[in-house]
Amino acid sequence: MATSTPSKPITNLDEATVRFCGDSGDGMQLAGTQFTNTSALLGNDVATFPDFPAEIRAPRGTKAGVSGFQIHFSSNEIFTPGDTVDSLVAMNPAALVTNLADLRDGGVLLVNKDAFEKKGLAQAGYESDPTEDDSLDKYKLHAVPMTKLTRLAVEGMGLSQKEADRCRNFFAMGLVFWLYDRSLDPTLRFIEAKFGKRPEVAQANTAALKAGYHYGETVEAINTQYHVPAAKLGAGSYRNIIGNTALAWGLLAAAQKSNKRLFLGAYPITPASDILHELAKHKHFNVLTFQAEDEIAAMTSTIGAAFAGVMAVTASSGPGIALKGEALGLAVITELPMICINVQRGGPSTGLPTKTEQSDLFQAMYGRNGECPMPIIAAQSPGDCFDIALEAWRLAVRFMTPVMVLTDGYIANGSEPWKIPEISDIPKITVEHPGPLTGGEEFQPYARDERLARPWAVPGTPGLEHRLGGLEKQDIGGDVCYDPNNHEHMCELRAQKVANIADDIPKQVLDGPDSGDLLVLSWGGTYGACATAVHFAQAANKKVSHCHLRYLNPFPKNLGDIFKRFDKVLIPELNLGQLDLMIRSRYLLDTIGLTKMQGKPFSVAEISEKIDQLA
Amino acid sequence: MSIETPLPVLKPADFASDQDVRWCPGCGDYSILAQMKKMLPSLGMPRENIVFISGIGCSSRFPYYMNTYGMHSIHGRAPAVASGLKTSRPDLQVWVITGDGDGLSIGGNHLMHAIRRNMDLNIVLFNNRIYGLTKGQYSPTSPLGKKTKSSPMGAIDNPLHPLSVAIGCEATFVARSIDTNIKHLGAMLKRAADHQGTSFIEVYQNCNVFNDGAWSYAKDRETKFETTLELEHGKPLIFGKDRNMGIRLNGMNPEVVELGKGITEDDLLFHDERSPEPSLAYLLSRMRYEDGYPEPIGVFRSVDVPRYDEMVNEQIEIATKEKGRGDLEALFNSGETWKVS
Repeated sequence: MATSTPSKPITNLDEATVRFCGDSGDGMQLAGTQFTNTSALLGNDVATFPDFPAEIRAPRGTKAGVSGFQIHFSSNEIFTPGDTVDSLVAMNPAALVTNLADLRDGGVLLVNKDAFEKKGLAQAGYESDPTEDDSLDKYKLHAVPMTKLTRLAVEGMGLSQKEADRCRNFFAMGLVFWLYDRSLDPTLRFIEAKFGKRPEVAQANTAALKAGYHYGETVEAINTQYHVPAAKLGAGSYRNIIGNTALAWGLLAAAQKSNKRLFLGAYPITPASDILHELAKHKHFNVLTFQAEDEIAAMTSTIGAAFAGVMAVTASSGPGIALKGEALGLAVITELPMICINVQRGGPSTGLPTKTEQSDLFQAMYGRNGECPMPIIAAQSPGDCFDIALEAWRLAVRFMTPVMVLTDGYIANGSEPWKIPEISDIPKITVEHPGPLTGGEEFQPYARDERLARPWAVPGTPGLEHRLGGLEKQDIGGDVCYDPNNHEHMCELRAQKVANIADDIPKQVLDGPDSGDLLVLSWGGTYGACATAVHFAQAANKKVSHCHLRYLNPFPKNLGDIFKRFDKVLIPELNLGQLDLMIRSRYLLDTIGLTKMQGKPFSVAEISEKIDQLA
Repeated sequence: MSIETPLPVLKPADFASDQDVRWCPGCGDYSILAQMKKMLPSLGMPRENIVFISGIGCSSRFPYYMNTYGMHSIHGRAPAVASGLKTSRPDLQVWVITGDGDGLSIGGNHLMHAIRRNMDLNIVLFNNRIYGLTKGQYSPTSPLGKKTKSSPMGAIDNPLHPLSVAIGCEATFVARSIDTNIKHLGAMLKRAADHQGTSFIEVYQNCNVFNDGAWSYAKDRETKFETTLELEHGKPLIFGKDRNMGIRLNGMNPEVVELGKGITEDDLLFHDERSPEPSLAYLLSRMRYEDGYPEPIGVFRSVDVPRYDEMVNEQIEIATKEKGRGDLEALFNSGETWKVS
């Protein structure tokens, strides 16, 4: 269906932010995803922020059950899902009361009027209906009877009332699609693909979607349409991609580029499970997904797979990584290559399972017994999760070590346009295994190359029979060894080997001049907010640069020199100052922390405000 | 004409590593190690295709003494390490060496799930009814009332029976042997190696330092014929030095009867290791010396059931047949994409 000839004036915008919110059963994630894909296909740059409760279905209509999805779309390059919302869709009073604060003054407010009845209002804590007094006057309020209009649209299609009401999110989508001049075609294709086997449902969703669109066209109260033209992204093919999907695809690519079969040992955990789901779909890539009995088995089966000689990976979140701790020590002492992914969420303990945080950096760095160094790298955005997977495997096999990959719930579930790489442009990852020894020579499992990596000898190779294990090993020969000097030597070797990675990674680069008043030092998923805030500061002629760390252990070699060229270093983090403490202890630098522990990413304004105080 | 090089014939000594064996003198583990080394050459499998995985404990030092591939992993986790290994490399023969503390206490969960998946693993549990390496605490198989350093007034934890646990976990091969009954032990190891699927063997093993004599009733020449019963497939359950005692079913319960006086072999319970239902094997696993029964040794259960390691790789073949070999370019361009020029 082509977009209709506009009968109402269209306002051109550079960018806009829309949030859908409603009950967790209202289909808001679906609405947001469809709006995102449509905007991406239209050529906008997009950044998204899905935000949902840990409960699958909290009691209906309550504030605890509110689920939201925010999309920022633009004609320019953007890095965040937006601080404030231009248009808010609230499917019930609870969604309104919990989300209204983020709607900018003068923003468009679309509510489902039918949900604003006595019980719903009471659950949200409203004493009177806010759509009927003057409390919402500073917004462009449209109270639309979405339930009633949806029921009318699907009448006669053989649906029960419950089923009819389930189409309500499509009505809301249709209305917002009209408001922002988006084509319905991608969503119509989605309906066909998803519900094709249930024609009555497909027909009803289509009817509801179009009814919402037509409502926007015809109802006089809504008198302006908005248009956000395509962004000027670099030439190439693009798709929209979610962080966890990008990570899974990066693992597939790394396996192919190293000519390895891929093994994933995993135990279901939010927000990492989608990596398991995605890889389980692609068995034809020679992928083994092993759903283990617990996190410990997920890790130890990964160690077994690494010993077997395949590309071994485990994926989890903080509580799961805690359970893997002892086995990660075994991975370190056996010096086998593998990847351990932590999609961080709010902690401690079960914490905030569906909310984002960066508070597992210490866990990655120090969370094991003994001197147990492990390289740590972190992805900065949904699309970057693809590249981080490739880099993790490259380092793992080059240095014969487990590698910790940190992402977080925000980039794991968020999405952005991803430039599809040429397969031939993805570098090969070289893996070497020693060949058979048949002349009676003795194999030395702990002999080392110039990087200090030991050989990856795999079972099935004659003459290389050897025993690995958690007991300290004799340098070079690899027998169990309790000699005090050998233990000290081995601890130093393992530490030096990880430190040597600094020689193998790119030098740290800056966004902005290489000296100035203030350096904003960030890592992981806070990239977008920090980059945007620094760009604003630079536009205001402040001497501010941005340093975003991809390598947390070891740090890039030139990092210390960079610090010397700035008066102040600001470290924004979604924890209580973990990178801050690592930088302080490593560089004896009086850094300035900016922390947030609300289960939400930084807004650009929060970073900007701090920058303005300092520079 | 091609000339096939025959596999070199290996001897038990070929399976010995260059490490000094460090178990206490007189430990039952020596015998199990010797029987393993004696049995392996009979499989005709090259050394490099065999892997021993263990956890922590005295028994778990086993891999260091075998000149094969091996890993001495962490406490209780050997079945999980072995599962990752076997799933990735079904061509390897994988053994798991564990003990009563390692396998049934800290590693109980992994043991349970390894068994139910029925991967082609061979699990040997050395049962000495004590924690040896930590110097003598009661274990999950220590009898009630057992006085140890950690139970000075006697253990009050009900003991587990390893074979009952294995059968409850849908084990497809379950056997029991005794460290000093070397011929029998060797035969059981061979049966376990030959079984397609998870094999679980409990070995009564004496810890002569911290729990000496725990199995003396089953090992002593004077008593063993009355206290143990060697199972044979398709044969009646007969025991005793004079082979005059048998086991008969009385309702759901086994009872010890004397042959003669109107009771013939036909009245006895006949062993069927291939019974699809595990009830008989379970009943046998519950026969305890302290309850007045001889304790069965031999193969309790051996049935053919699809294996995880086989099926997981079959699924890959099926998916590849249906969708073709995974193509990154096709994957990346699947769904909605757009071009910017």
